Amino acid sequence: MLARRIIPCLDVKDGKVVKGVKFRNHEIVGDIVPLAEQYAKAGADELVFYDITASSDARVVDKSWVSRIARVIDIPFCVAGGIKSVEDAGRILEMGADKISVNSPALSNPELITQLHDQYGQQCIVVGIDSFYNEETGQYQVHQFTGDESRTKTTGWQTKDWVAEVQQRGAGEIVLNCMNQDGVRKGYDIAQLAAIRAICHVPLIASGGAGEMSHFKDVFEQADVDGALAASVFHKGIIPIPDLKAYLRQQNIEIRS
Amino acid sequence: MQLVIVNTGCANISSVRFAIERLGYQPVVSDDAAVIQAADKVFLPGVGSAPAAMAQINAKGLAPVIQSLTQPTLGICLGMQLMTQSSEESAVAGSNTPCLGLIDTQVKKMQVGELRLPHMGWNQIKVAKDNPLFAGISDGSYFYFVHGYAVEVGSHTLAACQYGVDFSASIGQNNFYGVQFHPERSADAGAALLQNFIKNT
Repeated sequence: MLARRIIPCLDVKDGKVVKGVKFRNHEIVGDIVPLAEQYAKAGADELVFYDITASSDARVVDKSWVSRIARVIDIPFCVAGGIKSVEDAGRILEMGADKISVNSPALSNPELITQLHDQYGQQCIVVGIDSFYNEETGQYQVHQFTGDESRTKTTGWQTKDWVAEVQQRGAGEIVLNCMNQDGVRKGYDIAQLAAIRAICHVPLIASGGAGEMSHFKDVFEQADVDGALAASVFHKGIIPIPDLKAYLRQQNIEIRS
Repeated sequence: MQLVIVNTGCANISSVRFAIERLGYQPVVSDDAAVIQAADKVFLPGVGSAPAAMAQINAKGLAPVIQSLTQPTLGICLGMQLMTQSSEESAVAGSNTPCLGLIDTQVKKMQVGELRLPHMGWNQIKVAKDNPLFAGISDGSYFYFVHGYAVEVGSHTLAACQYGVDFSASIGQNNFYGVQFHPERSADAGAALLQNFIKNT
């Protein structure tokens, strides 16, 4: 059976892994390559590297670390952040990344998704979506430029409409980051993820809110997501990956051994 | 031992090269007919779409070169699919993309019902018949898959996998071997398979 994936996310800033709470106050967690190796050895099924400064800074970011990771890692990994063109994506894929993820640039130019699909194929095109629940309107709204608090803005897209749009344009996977939950470790946004699951026909990855092992069980069982992404619980050693995988297997969730 | 990775112009060439380097070999990436034909073992990697990849191979004049090989040759993911006679993945709806015709089977769109496509992630294989590629790799081993098209289980199947339907995780005929998964991204099991190809075939 196809296994559910456990995906540590490493936010990268200036070549270091960082983590902030609700996208703020980034603190350095460690160097990229040793952390990536450590996670691969611990049984992570896949890794995601988000260069969180790239999209907002409008500068060319040094991505040579992609190739350094590709040399040592024997599990798939995805690179996100600052990919604004087919050429940007091509360079990262050539350096050995398995997938590239686009977020803010796809919101500015949705045609980018179509172009990436046509050039490199659906299998390596991930679309990351930062979704914020607005309590006043009761709607889930897509946010843009979330890597930089001063530029973060609400787009005109409701999350469900953007999810439909990116699939129609050829996205091969969607990472849904539920912003209200990010970094606070109170559990994934099951209601939102289950609603999006119903209209998402490509693999769906949950992001934002993991704090305990049971949160992973809940999101797999109740929202039927293909993978669960988390950062701080792994970086801070709150949940060791081997323990998490053993626990999920005990709960009869299909997990790679 | 001379290991050559055919430079198809596809994007996963670096990952395949790095995986072989991790096993202690120094593979050469080439689209030169003489270099490819002189290799002890050949790798045919590929990601993307079948029509685009076949167009690249034909533009480089590599189809007859690959078809002439008599040494063990391993197609990976799309590279495996290109080894068949044809693929339903096509630039023109309703027509098939002619492939290299090295293994007598066809690639079809996966019919998985309510399940998601592409089939993406770690899935288990079952060895279908004794073969050198899967020596020491037990049934139930997980490999990393990413694909929406597949080869049905048939007489050339070396290992099978299930996702909605049974399909070929690996096929082989004569000196040509193919794997639908990505051994270069399949942790220890993937390394074992690459090592088997290099040492046992």
